[in-house]
Amino acid sequence: MTDAAAPPRNSAAMTLEDAREHGLSEEEWGVVLDRLGRPPNLVELGVFSVMWSEHCSYKSSRRHLRKLPTTGPRVIQGPGENAGVVDIGPGPNGEPQACIFKMESHNHPSFIEPYQGAATGVGGILRDVFTMGARPVALINALRFGAPEHPKTRSLVAGVVAGIGGYGNCVGVPTVGGETNFHAGYNGNILVNAMAVGIADQDKIFYARGAEPGQSIVYVGAKTGRDGIHGATMASAEFSEGEDEKRPTVQVGDPFKEKLLIEACLELMATDAIAAIQDMGAAGLTSSSVEMADKGGIGVELDLDDVPQREENMTAYEMMLSESQERMLMILKPGREAEAKAIFEKWDLDAAVIGQTTDTGRLVLRHQGETVCDIPVAPLADDAPNYDRPWTVPPKPAAVRTEDIPEPEDYRQALLKLMASPDIASKRWIWEQYDRHVMGDTVDSSQSGTDAAIVRIHGTNKALAITSDCTPRYVAADPFEGGKQAVAEAYRNLSAIGATPIAATDNLNFGNPERPEIMGQFVRAIEGMAEACAALDLPIVSGNVSLYNETDGKAIPPTPVIGAVGLIEDVGKIARIGGAQEGDLLILVGETRGHLGQSLYLREILGREDGPPPPVDLERERMARSYALGMHALPSPIAVHDISDGGIAVSLAEMCLAAGVGAELFVNVSEAQSGLVAQAPDTGSLCAWLFGEDQARYLIAAKPEPDTLGLLSAATNRGWEQGYQIIGRFSGDALKIADKVDIPLADIRAAYEGWLPAYMAGKSA
Amino acid sequence: MKSAVIVFPGSNCDRDAAVAIEGITGQTPAMIWHKETELPDGLDLIVAPGGFSYGDYLRCGAIAARSAIVPALKREADRGVAVIGVCNGFQVLCETGLLPGALLRNAGLNFVCRPEPLEIANANSRFTAAYQGRREVVFPIAHHDGNYVADEDTLDRLEGDGRVIFRYRDNPNGSARDIAGISNEMGNVLGLMPHPERAVDLLHGGDDGVGLFQSVLEAA
Repeated sequence: MTDAAAPPRNSAAMTLEDAREHGLSEEEWGVVLDRLGRPPNLVELGVFSVMWSEHCSYKSSRRHLRKLPTTGPRVIQGPGENAGVVDIGPGPNGEPQACIFKMESHNHPSFIEPYQGAATGVGGILRDVFTMGARPVALINALRFGAPEHPKTRSLVAGVVAGIGGYGNCVGVPTVGGETNFHAGYNGNILVNAMAVGIADQDKIFYARGAEPGQSIVYVGAKTGRDGIHGATMASAEFSEGEDEKRPTVQVGDPFKEKLLIEACLELMATDAIAAIQDMGAAGLTSSSVEMADKGGIGVELDLDDVPQREENMTAYEMMLSESQERMLMILKPGREAEAKAIFEKWDLDAAVIGQTTDTGRLVLRHQGETVCDIPVAPLADDAPNYDRPWTVPPKPAAVRTEDIPEPEDYRQALLKLMASPDIASKRWIWEQYDRHVMGDTVDSSQSGTDAAIVRIHGTNKALAITSDCTPRYVAADPFEGGKQAVAEAYRNLSAIGATPIAATDNLNFGNPERPEIMGQFVRAIEGMAEACAALDLPIVSGNVSLYNETDGKAIPPTPVIGAVGLIEDVGKIARIGGAQEGDLLILVGETRGHLGQSLYLREILGREDGPPPPVDLERERMARSYALGMHALPSPIAVHDISDGGIAVSLAEMCLAAGVGAELFVNVSEAQSGLVAQAPDTGSLCAWLFGEDQARYLIAAKPEPDTLGLLSAATNRGWEQGYQIIGRFSGDALKIADKVDIPLADIRAAYEGWLPAYMAGKSA
Repeated sequence: MKSAVIVFPGSNCDRDAAVAIEGITGQTPAMIWHKETELPDGLDLIVAPGGFSYGDYLRCGAIAARSAIVPALKREADRGVAVIGVCNGFQVLCETGLLPGALLRNAGLNFVCRPEPLEIANANSRFTAAYQGRREVVFPIAHHDGNYVADEDTLDRLEGDGRVIFRYRDNPNGSARDIAGISNEMGNVLGLMPHPERAVDLLHGGDDGVGLFQSVLEAA
């Protein structure tokens, strides 16, 4: 397939050297020459280079992403559009509704310019969601920073948090949850992954496909400037020293304009005027116009003189590659231009017809009376490179033997140290800077500390549960098990509160895929995630791949983040972490083997980061969920918390803090109650029992009522091991564990709440 | 009760206010776009909602205070109609001159969002009577610029005339004399940084805000 059209006039032919500077390989350059039958000019080379960048083409990851399950009874739209679309049943007036969501990274920009990098990350993911017709209802962020003692970390935390808050708060979408880790592996390359969740009526969902020849192409939103040129290419290369020079490629966000765009677009979407719509994200005008042309099987002709411009003397190349924020491109049905114009004028938004769709299948650009680009659309998408990069199987870490791991000299100090460790300590300093309540539907957020954020579906008694999860140290030690664990923990977090997990998005952050060991991490993590998603009925409906997260040849820990959504049919019947009351039984669901490999106990108390991560038994995950749901069905309310980082000890301390009530382990619960007594550890080592991070476990607080006791007695002889184990009781205002621990809650709270504010104030590393 | 919520570009608590009012009074408020020049007749309550009108650009509330609807708002306020400005709405009311003083950047410099305990400093006002002498409520706050300032004479007058309606128990933003909400001289215009409209449902964290709207309803 070659393209015999004459090259546009007045434009120098590009060379292999130019192509290399644009990030194309010699092989890729050869394909361009073959498809065009001539060398491209500068504008055309720019278009090919961004469309074939890793960021836009997924050229290293495509063949492996196919392994993920992407379909299911609720899935309306899987990967390939701006965001995934999932059926959530009837809305307030009985009309079928959909949940639309996606997670996306803004890692490189956030490291270079933390405030704007993070802010525009939020803006971009919001556009992915409202472009499809959804009103955004929740934001979640998964953040990974370098070691606290690294000189850049403090200012990066401050800047990223201010940027996320500055954008989300202004645009008026609540930031309801997230996760934050610190590790030296991110010193030179932090991760900022933002997830947006929206709700739409199923008959008002908009896609990139759907345009026909002869329709008007309308540009609306911010004017185009020179910011962000080649952002997509930047996201597709490693960093090196001197990254400050790249600052001009970071875009600047305007959340006020985004708010106007959301309202104007949703108002226009309520009519029937739009044939197809795309936001201008990475690769801006190029990617949005090519996507709609490709998916609609049509051609596009743009007159770049009509593009609203913020700066003088912009070239066609600059306009096509600009990543100025808060811009949308839509194709209107014939004769609907005036209707659209009236809505944009109401919202004081710049809008212009900048071209027409055609039946030529070509991307034709005119600027100042000349044709500056005339290329076929199909090769940009169809012939995008698709590599089967070589990869090596990651080596299995040597096991750690529990008997070789020393007990802490002082259990009390060990628990307090864990509660004040950066990955566990309260992130209040962060989430108090986010508006968690705007829109009036937030039931639980980071503030509640509940396993997942809960946002009511407006006007109904239903709610969405949302969580983001990944344990990078597990993935680094064993990408396959770590990939499984990210999915399993998300599933557990949704299950803990009583939600039905319905679908997930993923954000795959890895190093340079051209290195076989990194590619091996990527492939195995995806395979682990795929196995878990299939076993737990959690299809992946959207996602983002961020590769080349390296600085000076040092890759980040592999970090495949899962953002999962669950459905709650009756928001009045959720279980929360903080619901425990004086006298409640403390019940452990799941089997405790005392797995200490890759545990926070090893890392924070013993300074070791060795061993395999806890294995994930997906069948047991399903069974543990069914046991937890069995307790949910009790008439009296219960409290539930999943067990993850720091094991039983940390999860229990978190439950106690949230409820404001202490707990005592291994006490005789009550002789009068069917002879049920709290059981002592069965692993031999109290340390392994308390701090081991075995999967598929929950802690539950339940009233010592006949219904509860009946359920417990009936279940103890059922299924694998013990379904439920009574391990203690909630009471008093201290946490007591045998003769090893007796800590007032106030001391635990001081440790837990104290670390991050002190760190940000410069008082600790 | 007949009410209206003014919508500025960048308002983002307009729907929250409408949902709260409808839930408490049973009547749907009119949503009034800032480009209008008239308000409906016979209103009992007008709300200037929270948000980031005009992106907080220039100065919080400064551009919104020059909107086409503002002369009508002032006329209704002068006639004694109840007006509540919440958060950005408080900033707008200060910029219009309906309330004295100004709101500066929080003393801690960060945006702060949390449930905030407040003292009801004047239990007999048009906005607090339904609390029936209760002295403390918890409303969420969510702002970056809530640090209330005015000259000493004004502050003395506000306190002396019972126009300080709400005070912070644990001042989150550096406000002078812990002021969280004030009224105008006539007592029919209230501006406050905390969000009573976000405290109307126990499932969402508390319902202490209901009394504020009930007070207006009972006086209507």
